[in-house]
Amino acid sequence: MSQVKRRELFPGVWLRAVHTDKFKSAYLSVTLMSPLDPETAGANALIPSVLRRGTAVHPDMESLSAALDGLYGGAIEPAVRKKGETQCVGFAASFLDDAYALEGEQILEPAAALLGEVLLKPYTQNGGFSPDYTAGEKANLLDRIRGQINDKRTYATHRLTQLMCGEEAFGVDKLGDEAHVEAITPASLWQRYQQLLREAAVEVYYCGSAQPDRVEAAMRSALAGLPVNGDRLDPDCEVRISAGPEPRVVEEAMDVTQGKLAMGFRTGGLTCWEEDYPALVLCNAIFGGTTLSKLFLNVREKLSLCYYASSVLEKMKGLVLVSSGIEFDKYQQARDEILAQLDNIRSGKIEDWELEGARRTVISGHLATLDDQARQEEFWLGQAAAGLDETAEELAARFEAVTREQVMEAARKLELDTIYFLKGKED
Amino acid sequence: MEQVNFSRVGERMYHRVLENGLNVFVFPKPEFRKGYAFFATNYGGMDMRFCLDGEWHQTPAGVAHYLEHKMFDTREGNALQELAANGASPNAFTSSAITGYYFESTEKFEENLRILLSFVSIPWFTQESVDKEQGIIGQEIGMIEDNPDWKVFMNLMAALYKSHPIRVSVAGSVESISRITADTLYACHKAFYDPANMVLCVAGNVDPEHICDVAREILPKEAGPIAVKDYGEKEPDRAAQSVVETAMEVSTPIFQLGYKGDVPEKGEGGLKQQLVGELAMEALVGNSSPLYAKLYREGLINQNFSYGYESYPGCSFLYAGGESRDPYAVRQAVADEAARIGREGIDAQLWERLKKGVYGAKVRSLNSFENLCVGQAQAFFAGFDFLRFADLFASVTKEDGEKLIENWVTGERTALSLVTPKRGKEA
Repeated sequence: MSQVKRRELFPGVWLRAVHTDKFKSAYLSVTLMSPLDPETAGANALIPSVLRRGTAVHPDMESLSAALDGLYGGAIEPAVRKKGETQCVGFAASFLDDAYALEGEQILEPAAALLGEVLLKPYTQNGGFSPDYTAGEKANLLDRIRGQINDKRTYATHRLTQLMCGEEAFGVDKLGDEAHVEAITPASLWQRYQQLLREAAVEVYYCGSAQPDRVEAAMRSALAGLPVNGDRLDPDCEVRISAGPEPRVVEEAMDVTQGKLAMGFRTGGLTCWEEDYPALVLCNAIFGGTTLSKLFLNVREKLSLCYYASSVLEKMKGLVLVSSGIEFDKYQQARDEILAQLDNIRSGKIEDWELEGARRTVISGHLATLDDQARQEEFWLGQAAAGLDETAEELAARFEAVTREQVMEAARKLELDTIYFLKGKED
Repeated sequence: MEQVNFSRVGERMYHRVLENGLNVFVFPKPEFRKGYAFFATNYGGMDMRFCLDGEWHQTPAGVAHYLEHKMFDTREGNALQELAANGASPNAFTSSAITGYYFESTEKFEENLRILLSFVSIPWFTQESVDKEQGIIGQEIGMIEDNPDWKVFMNLMAALYKSHPIRVSVAGSVESISRITADTLYACHKAFYDPANMVLCVAGNVDPEHICDVAREILPKEAGPIAVKDYGEKEPDRAAQSVVETAMEVSTPIFQLGYKGDVPEKGEGGLKQQLVGELAMEALVGNSSPLYAKLYREGLINQNFSYGYESYPGCSFLYAGGESRDPYAVRQAVADEAARIGREGIDAQLWERLKKGVYGAKVRSLNSFENLCVGQAQAFFAGFDFLRFADLFASVTKEDGEKLIENWVTGERTALSLVTPKRGKEA
C-alpha cells in the first residue's frame, strides 16, 4: 500500500511524498508556480531549459549527462505546464529506484542533490546566465512556439483558447509568445530567475520506496539554497461565468488536407471547487471525454462526419473544449451535430450504459492514477495549483453518487463561446 | 505453468502454450489496482504477400490496419463500447510487424478479458460495414499524411529499402484501401488470427492459471494452419536512394537520417544486435556523446533530436533525426564521427557509463505494463524473452559497438530524408 504525506520544507515550499514499493523508479519533481502573465510567461518557460544546460559543478550538457548516466541513466527534464491560470515551471526527474542498483548503492540522495544543483546553482558568466546558453535555448523556445503550427490538432485547440480567453490570463500560452521571448536578454532572464526563486510557490513531489523522513532530509539539503520568504504567491484562477451574447466564429485557411473544427464552451461557473463538480466531469465524459461518448460514437462512428471528435474539461477555468477533424465541406453538418449531441444530454437523452460507462471510465481513470508515477505527479500538481488536498481515491468515490439529473443540470450550464475552424486553402 | 524469474529486474513471468497453440505470458502484480491485457497476432502492415493452404495471396496495402478497425464490430454491436462500459480503456494498434489489441482496467478484469479474446477471435462484418469504414480510414490516412514527422519517416523507409515492405505505409493509401472487401478481411483473419499465430500477455493482480482457463474457454480448441509470409528478394546493403526531400507546411526543416543494418537473426542473436545497435547509437550521437554536445552547441540540433535502432523481420536500421537548419551538416558530422570512432575507438569510460545509463533507463521503463506486455509479445515473435536483456546486457562489448558503427554507418548505407518548409511560408 502506498502512503501519502505532505510537509512544509521551508515557508511556502511543500513536499508531497508518496511511499510505495511498486515501481522500478523513484520520481522527483520540483515546480515553481506563478501567475500566468504575458510579460513573464516566456522567460519563465525559458528558465528550466537554460538551467538544464549546465551547473556550476557540471558546466555543460556532456558533464551533466555523464553525471546522470552514473546514476543509472536518470533523467532530469525541464517541465513547463499550465494548471488553470498558474504557470508551472521546473523539473521532473526519474531515477532507478535504490532497490535495483547493481551494487546496492543509494541513488536518492545524489539524485536529489543533482536536481537541487540544476535548479539553484547554474553555470554563470559574469554573475549571470551564460549568453551562449541563453541564446541557444531562446532559439529553441522560439522554434517550439513557431512549431506549434505543425501539429494541426493541438494547434486548433491552441488558437481556440487564444481567441476565447484573449482578455484572460488563461489565453496566455504556457510557452509565452514570440515577441516577449525575442526581447529576453541574459540579464533580464537572470533577474526573472531570481524573482521566481524568491516569489513562486514551490511544490516538490516524490514517489518511490524511500521513507518520507529520508526524502524530506534529502530535499531539505538539496533545496537549502532557495531564498527564505514567508510570503510566496498563492496560485489563483479567474472564472468567467458566462459566454458572450453571440458565439464568436473564426475561420482560418492553411495548406492542410483535413479541416479542424474546435468549439469552446463556458461551464457557467462550475469548476473543481464546486460541490457538483463530479457531475460536470461525467457530463464531459458522456459528451466527448471517452471512446463511449456521444461525439465519438455518433459524430465519428455512426455518421462518419469526422475522423476524431472529443472534448476536454479545463476544471479550474470552467471550460469544455471540443476538438474534431473533418472534411472541409462537413463544417456546418459537424457543428450542428456536435451541438445536437450536447442538447441530448441537456434533455436527458442519456442511455443507462452511457451514464454508467462514463462513470466507470472516470472512476477507473482516477484509480489508475495511483499506478503511474508521472500521472500521480500531474494529479497532485493540479491539486496544489487548485489548493485542494483531496486524493484521487476520495475524488473517485464522489462520482458514484452522481445522478442523471445532475449531469443534465451540468450540461445546461454549458454555453458556446467560440468556434474556430481551420480549413484548406482554395487553389 | 512454467515460471521464469528475472531476479535482477525483480520480475516473474509465467508461461504456457495452450492446446490450441496460443502462447500465454503473465506477469503477476499484486500491488497494482489496474490490470493490462495485450492480445496480438504476428501480422502487420508489411505482411501483404503470403501463402495459405498452398495458395499465394497478394493483398492491398493497409489490410492489417483495416482489419484492426473492423474487428471491434461484434454481433451484439461494438466491443469498444462494451469494454468502455466496464470502465476499461481499450485500444489497438497496427505496426509494420504486428497487430495488437489491449485494454487496461481497474474493475471487472476477467469480464473484460473475455470480451477482448472474443471480439478479436470472431470476425463479424458485412460488405456494408466494411464500405462504411472507408471514410473513417480515408480521413485517418489524410491526417497522418499531414503529419511531417510521419512523412519524414516513411520517406526514409522508402529511401533505405528497395523492395522490402517496410517501405509501405501501414495504413495504406486511399487508393489501396478502396480495393479492400469483406472477403479480403475474412481471408486475412483466417490466415493470421489463429491462436497458434498469436500471443496473450497479461500484467496485473491476476492468477496466471486462471488467465489460461479463460483463454481456453473463449478461443478455438485447436490450432489451424498458419500463413507463410514473403518479404520479397533479399535487400542489398546499399540504400536505395541517398536523399529524399519533400516540402510541407513546417516552420523548421525536419530530417531523419537512416543507416541500413543487417537482417536480424531470429532468437537471442536478434536481441544482442538490438542492444549493440542501441548502445552504438548512444556512443555515436546519444545525449551524452561528444558529437551530441557539439551539434547542440552549434545549433544544428535541438531538444527534438531522437535516435535509436529498429528491427523488423528481414530488416534493421539505425536512425537519428529531428529539426535542423542544416540537415546535410548533421549527416556529415555523423559520418566524420563514425570515421573518428573507426580510428580511435569508443572512449572506454564513456562506454561503461553509457551501459549503466541505458540499463537503468530500460529497467525504469518496466514500470509500464504496456512496455512489459507489448515488449514480450514482440520479443516472442522475434524468438526471445523480452526481459533477457537484463542478463545479456553485460556481454555487450565496446568492440561490438565499434564494429557495428564501422559496418553500418557508411556512405552507401546512409539515407537522408528531409521535410522542408514550403516556400513563402517562412517569415
